[in-house]
Amino acid sequence: MSAQHTDLLIVGAGPAGMAAAVTARRHGLTVRVLDDQPAPGGQIWRAVEAVATTPRLTRLGEAYRAGVERAAAFRACGALYEAQSQLWQMEPGFRAFLTRQGKASSVTAGAVILATGAQERPVPFPGWTLPGVLTVGAAQILLKTADSVPDRPVWIAGCGPLPLLYMTQLLAAGGKIAGFLDTTPRGRLGAALRHLPQAMGRAGDLFKGLSWSLALRWAGFPIVRHVAELRAEGAGRLEQLVYRTQDGRETRVPAEVLLVHEGVVPSIHAPLALGCHVRWDARQHCQVPVLDGWGETSQANVFVAGDGAGIGGAEAAEPRGRLAALRIAARLGRLREDVAEAAAGTERAALSRALALRPFLDALYAPRPEVFAPADETLVCRCEEVTAGELRARAAQGRPGPNQLKAFTRAGMGPCQGRQCGYTMAHIVAAVQQRPVGDVGFYRIRPPLKPVTLGELASLEAQEPAA
Amino acid sequence: MSVEVYDVAVVGGGLHGLSAALHLARAGRRVAVIERRWTGRHASGATAAGVRTLNRDIAEVPISLEAMAMWHRIAEIVGDDCGFQAHGQINVAERDEHLPTLIKREAKMRALGYDHEELVDARELRRLVPALSPHCVGALVARRDGAADPHRTVLAFRRACEAAGVVIAERCGVEALDRQGQDWLLACEARRFRAPVVVNAAGAWAGRLAALFGDHIALGVRASMMIVTERLAPLLEPVVSVVGRALSFKQAGQGTLVIGGGLQGAADLDRERSTVNFAELAKGARAASDLFPAVRGVRIARCWTGIEAQTRDRLPVIGASPSAPGLFHAFGFSGHGFQLVPVVGAILSDLVVEGGTRREIAAFAPQRLMQQRAAA
Repeated sequence: MSAQHTDLLIVGAGPAGMAAAVTARRHGLTVRVLDDQPAPGGQIWRAVEAVATTPRLTRLGEAYRAGVERAAAFRACGALYEAQSQLWQMEPGFRAFLTRQGKASSVTAGAVILATGAQERPVPFPGWTLPGVLTVGAAQILLKTADSVPDRPVWIAGCGPLPLLYMTQLLAAGGKIAGFLDTTPRGRLGAALRHLPQAMGRAGDLFKGLSWSLALRWAGFPIVRHVAELRAEGAGRLEQLVYRTQDGRETRVPAEVLLVHEGVVPSIHAPLALGCHVRWDARQHCQVPVLDGWGETSQANVFVAGDGAGIGGAEAAEPRGRLAALRIAARLGRLREDVAEAAAGTERAALSRALALRPFLDALYAPRPEVFAPADETLVCRCEEVTAGELRARAAQGRPGPNQLKAFTRAGMGPCQGRQCGYTMAHIVAAVQQRPVGDVGFYRIRPPLKPVTLGELASLEAQEPAA
Repeated sequence: MSVEVYDVAVVGGGLHGLSAALHLARAGRRVAVIERRWTGRHASGATAAGVRTLNRDIAEVPISLEAMAMWHRIAEIVGDDCGFQAHGQINVAERDEHLPTLIKREAKMRALGYDHEELVDARELRRLVPALSPHCVGALVARRDGAADPHRTVLAFRRACEAAGVVIAERCGVEALDRQGQDWLLACEARRFRAPVVVNAAGAWAGRLAALFGDHIALGVRASMMIVTERLAPLLEPVVSVVGRALSFKQAGQGTLVIGGGLQGAADLDRERSTVNFAELAKGARAASDLFPAVRGVRIARCWTGIEAQTRDRLPVIGASPSAPGLFHAFGFSGHGFQLVPVVGAILSDLVVEGGTRREIAAFAPQRLMQQRAAA
């Protein structure tokens, strides 16, 4: 295997990336896997190898424990695994630019699987940028990697499975919860129950969720339902939290730590940068790449697997990863088409089982409307400090799209490349211009995908163009 | 289908188109700006927005100096200062062997009677740019030069145009052309425009527009790459370039570093897209970290390219078409047109309204780039 070129480049060593690597290696492909993290596992199994040797493994639950054997199989599969590599640019053909240990370099590959997962949906509200306000996902990372538990009681606001899971894990680790502000709107359960027959195929998961909820109720902290609006206040850091429930009642409480979470959305920056088509997914309220039955995008030989293909969780990520690997193996002639098709049948059945609960969860935990319509004074673009009011005012002048609005206001120009403000901007434009949010689109993605320093870019050596 | 009738149709909603429209409207003309995407979509929105007289081609110096005077009162012209800061532009010599280039340039300018470019020694250079690496030996400085904010500039010219009565038609690309009596008829998707005068300010696509009128002008394309970093504490005020290397380095008002210098990416005129070539852009990062060692750890926020027309002699095309009546060209600025924006609009207004201009534009005549074809 040449150090520069592989048959397949996989970006991300979470459930999808690892499953894809194992399958591709089984069929004799040369595989390189790039990942940000120091060890395999992605977000769900973050630091699982290190935790496997500690009592924390039990506390973090059964689904987490499943990552131990996946990481081991991945380590053994013979893929070139480059941990702590930041992919910051991908050129068609394909040449990937990455930074590792402070040095930039580039590698080439014949096919690419983007298994870059999801990010938490940004939740702008007045004061969300104050120190002391974090996301549940960020807090969970600290719990997994550093066994870090906030020493003060934390407020948790949001909805979805992750807050429930995190609160369970936090209590098991000895943390204290000041209160849970459940932002699920009234009537959502009824809407979700339509999907119950299909969801019953995942009765185990339903009961797991239910058992979390029950255990939390027994823990004795206040649980406030139907919270619609949040405001964080304080001089230089979070001191007070104001919340308003759907019936209009406003409550003010002292707070030092607030963790928020309103679901996750696919990471679409890498596929967008490669020119892959995306479409609006009305059920999950986000853009998803347009994919065929193997996970191939509108750009030939670019595949997306895992939550980046649409939120489905780890169990959906693995068959998606394997499907993409099978397709690439068949295309390279390492696997007969009919054999690939037969194997795909098994994977698609597994995928469909894994996704059975999704419509129920998507309906139950659909973001409340306030997430997309923050008050005028709310910062929407944190990098460039642009408020919802400024975006509304500019969106009303002419009929600017995302990129024109970006030029006018600087929203989306910062290092996060619109990861924080993109969806809020799109909803504001849609509301002001009275058009469907799916038609508004997204910012044009400028490289680099991840911040790279001038010194790192300077270290990039001149190279021959890709053959 | 109804036809919109104007005195002048300006094709291209970049800064040069907007400036021409503004000056023409103020001279009493009814003007429409016809823009395929939106104002400032390409080069005008992708520029580093250097406001530079330093090291200009001799032919450009007279209009560049007039433009500089206009920049120093830009708020009176467009109602906003466009973020213009006159902290100077500096062309640095890294080693002794680079000094003769600067010394010769200064002598030549003085001989021509210009005194805006000034040679400074290492000590004065250090005073002007304390963050510069100490290995640099001297520089050529234009103290009244500077830089502006490109997006603010586009917005200011656009607003001034609208206030002067200019109609800006966006998402409106010219698809076909016809001659009706003394007028040009421009077909733009669902709209039709009729005007006796057309200004071609279509930037990188101006060659194609000119060809519709029968003017075949040899035109290349540039896709100059830019780097913008995260914000940092004040580091330097002037805009710095270097002898012998492709680098332009400045800090914008927001605190971000803006690094350009003409390193080329790839442009695709048909798709209206351009792409960054990182192997090439790495040279710019190397030059920046050689000159300013303190920036090595600064994170790049984004990189991009802007598509711009380039002529054989790197001079713009400004003037009346030799063949098509009522057609005036203003394009081919080859990556250094931003500073000239206010004056080129005034020149076009002269040409359209007065039928001529007292400004020195002979070197920019479109004919110079059309002869080659006739000879071929």
